[in-house]
Amino acid sequence: MTYLRIVWLHLRKDLQLEWRSREAVAGMLFFTLLIAVAFAMAFDPTGYPAMARQMSGGLLWVGLLFAATTSLNISWERERRNQVLDAHRMSPAPPSALFLGKALANFLFVAFIEAVLAPVFIVFYNLHPLGEMKWFWLILPLGTWAIVVNGTFFAALGLRSRNRALMLPAVLFPISIPALLGVTQATTAVITGDFEPGMWVRLIFGFDVIFTTACLLLFGTVLNAE
Amino acid sequence: MKRLFWILCGLSLALLAWGFYEAIYIAPTEATMGDLQRIFYWHVPIASSALIFPYVNMVASIAYLFMRRTNHALSQKLDALANATAEITVLYAGLGLCTGMLWGRPAWGIWWAWDARLSSFLMLFLLYVSYLLIRRFSASNQAPVIAAVLSVFAGIDVPIVFESITWWRTQHPAPVLRGDGDLDPTMKVAFLWNMLAWFLWGCTLVWARYAIVRREQQIEERAAMEALEA
Repeated sequence: MTYLRIVWLHLRKDLQLEWRSREAVAGMLFFTLLIAVAFAMAFDPTGYPAMARQMSGGLLWVGLLFAATTSLNISWERERRNQVLDAHRMSPAPPSALFLGKALANFLFVAFIEAVLAPVFIVFYNLHPLGEMKWFWLILPLGTWAIVVNGTFFAALGLRSRNRALMLPAVLFPISIPALLGVTQATTAVITGDFEPGMWVRLIFGFDVIFTTACLLLFGTVLNAE
Repeated sequence: MKRLFWILCGLSLALLAWGFYEAIYIAPTEATMGDLQRIFYWHVPIASSALIFPYVNMVASIAYLFMRRTNHALSQKLDALANATAEITVLYAGLGLCTGMLWGRPAWGIWWAWDARLSSFLMLFLLYVSYLLIRRFSASNQAPVIAAVLSVFAGIDVPIVFESITWWRTQHPAPVLRGDGDLDPTMKVAFLWNMLAWFLWGCTLVWARYAIVRREQQIEERAAMEALEA
């Protein structure tokens, strides 16, 4: 079997599991929606459209980051049941394929949340983006991948630790801060139209390339950590 | 080895005293900031050292990942070194942030500014706090491996910290040793003495922590052996 085929099998398995239970996507969707509502109550975005433009990019990404951490733990929890993880460890398939399949599945879940929630954000925060909207086609996938690739990796890192739920954000947030800064700045740039998002998009792209490489190289070590 | 440690300890303490004398009594008063500038002789050496120890940590961690299957004794030492350097990184980055804030309050009028250098330095601090957290939380037999992997990630993040000053516009003063910043020769001498002193003091602390962690590892191994024999 070629490497890509193994990745595809892992991806299909994760999509199928999610399709049957729908727990990760539904949970994330509701969680992000609640964050949007809570912040709207705190800041009254319709009364201050300029402030809403400044803030909504950051709120969207912080909401997604929080929501992603809840679902990332679920995605590895599935592998723990019935010692599936030990089976993965013994199988001759490359460990990085397992990681890549799962990261791609998580990417698709978060991308789905974005597709549903972006219009909701625009309605709730009464947004009229002043910059060029086409940048979003770059910013959203790159930013989502930045969160998901590290998140999937660190969720696996904490798999066998005592307080998993606490450990993922404690490790993921500090590492992801450059990416979070990049995506929120790029999103704010597009919404306000004040500055060019190009530099920030390059930053996210560099972050993605570097950390995807590191994750793929080190995942085998994490899976077999004894 | 024990004697060497005490020599290093004495040397770095003497250098710290000499550096203090140089910075307070020899170096001239800076033209615009006055005596306030003197905190630079501690702030910059501490903050720069906080950028060196993460690399020792990363190198030790990578070596650990390679050695752990083949050479158990050496890998245990490397793990102890990684643990010690991470702790000193947290200490030095914390001190760097504190001295920076002490300077920022009178110079900028605010304790904290969310500029690139400050936030990325805070990030460095948080990264190694999370490293220590993960060490504490992981099951004891996997903690070294998991911490080593995290250390590689953190080490990759450190260059982003260091380059941030050129990537983003910032209100932090330009680096004095590379770039446009210019330094009076007497100030440079005082600065270099302090740089050496604080770096060696950091090494002393790392050595002390390393020795303690090694003892703890040996106690654990002995307890495991006794449990096997009993």
